[in-house]
Amino acid sequence: MTDPVALAATNLLAVDFSAAGSLAPLLVADAFTGIFDWFLTAVVGGVFSWLAGVTGLDFLGYPYMQRAYLSVLCIGVVGPLVGSFLVYRDLSMVGDTLAHTAFAGVALALFLDATLGLAVPPLLGALVVAVVAALVVQALIEYTDARSDAALAMVLTGGFALGSVLISLTGGGISVGINQYLFGSLATVSRADVGLLVSMGLVVVGSVAVAYRPLVYVTFDETAARASRLHVRAVNTLLSILTAFVVVSAMRIMGVILVAALLVVPVVTASRLGRSFKQSLLYGVLAGELAGVAGVTVAYLYGLAAGGSIVLVALAGFVAVAAGHRLT
Amino acid sequence: MTAVSLSDVTFSYGDVPVVDGVSLDVPEGEFLGLVGPNGSGKSTLLTLMLGLRRPTRGEVRLFDRPAHDFSDGERVAYVAQDATDAARDMPVTVREVVRMGRYPRNLFGRFSADDREAVASALDRVDIADLADRRVGALSGGQRQRVFVARALAAEADLLALDEPTVALDAESREAFYDLLGDLNEQGMTVVLVEHDIGVVTARASRIACLNKRLYFHGDTDDFADSDALAAAYGSNQRVLDHDHGHGHHHDHGHDHDPALSHSDARDEPEDES
Repeated sequence: MTDPVALAATNLLAVDFSAAGSLAPLLVADAFTGIFDWFLTAVVGGVFSWLAGVTGLDFLGYPYMQRAYLSVLCIGVVGPLVGSFLVYRDLSMVGDTLAHTAFAGVALALFLDATLGLAVPPLLGALVVAVVAALVVQALIEYTDARSDAALAMVLTGGFALGSVLISLTGGGISVGINQYLFGSLATVSRADVGLLVSMGLVVVGSVAVAYRPLVYVTFDETAARASRLHVRAVNTLLSILTAFVVVSAMRIMGVILVAALLVVPVVTASRLGRSFKQSLLYGVLAGELAGVAGVTVAYLYGLAAGGSIVLVALAGFVAVAAGHRLT
Repeated sequence: MTAVSLSDVTFSYGDVPVVDGVSLDVPEGEFLGLVGPNGSGKSTLLTLMLGLRRPTRGEVRLFDRPAHDFSDGERVAYVAQDATDAARDMPVTVREVVRMGRYPRNLFGRFSADDREAVASALDRVDIADLADRRVGALSGGQRQRVFVARALAAEADLLALDEPTVALDAESREAFYDLLGDLNEQGMTVVLVEHDIGVVTARASRIACLNKRLYFHGDTDDFADSDALAAAYGSNQRVLDHDHGHGHHHDHGHDHDPALSHSDARDEPEDES
């Protein structure tokens, strides 16, 4: 049952986990780590082993597949949840932009490690750079004449350019490790990555639940919200940071290039299904979950790239809904 | 009490003045029609009144507070020109939009009985209670404008500011919509309406302000017809157009070619989308 590769990966990345833990406030407490370990092995492992027994699908019992499923279940919730507040404001590219700048963060962390021997967890580098980029994008849109899509395009390519230059500076030595960040991977999802995803997921869901009304108002009618003296800038900052959280926590499995798809595709799919905004949020999460679970399963069964499979399944769902909508 | 008070307000983009030295008061309970040719700065003046922009020079007061510092969000309701665009694509029901009117009063807590009552009576007041669970994007233009007015009613706003709300409406729904605004005004709501259709405004508004960067007329509706402000305001704009672009047929209220406004548009959009 235990996959030796996955075990080795777990040991290898245990360091990564504790480092990320000491720096990410949510993972600080050892107690939390303990609870999470218990949750992962006892609850998640138990459920999936039971599922494996019932369905006869052996791969549901593999710990690394369980981690992959748990990851996409989280991404399926937070992606559409945050994406719903971006898509209807023509800010769909924000996720993609932040993901590409997060890549610069990964490259920076690996670069510091390779040249100065500073062990910065790559995902922490990604998170810091993505949050900074989120604030830069907002400032560009607010204080300069740059139209938002041009501002996004500049930050997107700028981030990716910085990342590629940093990699080339190390003489290509780290480019091997970069691949898994670019395209994502099922097998390299560590306990630390899942821990990050679950805790980010809780933060994102909690934040959206608390700030739901200002988020909806600003999404629907930003000028009226400003006239009503809502703190629109604070809402926008929150949204940018939540987006950065989502792309960074999900990029290990989805890959930098594709991670933004789950912020957009399920939301667009759901926009035809829901009547109220709350309904469409629910359908969006449902579409995200289905795409994630089906994508991971297909990826495992046929040995395909996980991120790509998930996105293609999500797009197929969109086409199916659009076609069904036209027929009825 | 004065709802809005402008004294010597000037607003420029760079060196281009869009609003120049405007002083006027809007007492509570007034229905002010803000007219002027396209590109005359009337939309900008409305955003200045609401404190959404700060004037380059002069002072704007909103309910006796500096407008930029005003914090009673529920007293002010604004229906922007592009508000209906956003409403088209987003899945959101009429009730969800009208509930937004309560958000300035209750942003995080549970909705109280008062909140729900205000939403229900606002829906009733503008005759869209039967549409409450419909998607806003599926409504007609006239129904959609009523949704925005209902949102203002749910807020129990004192000042309703609308920027050309009936551009996309047919004549009949336009009439009905202005009847509704007239009724609300009679019940005490202060209304400031930006409108290019002068006939409609003079039939409904109690006061008229005619603007083309400068204020050409401000007074009672009846006096407006007798004054030559209209010709002066529209005429001067036409000369500007002739001079700058060589085509000056402006009587159809068509698309705007005024350099000041196209510049202002370029600045507006990123701000609105941020």
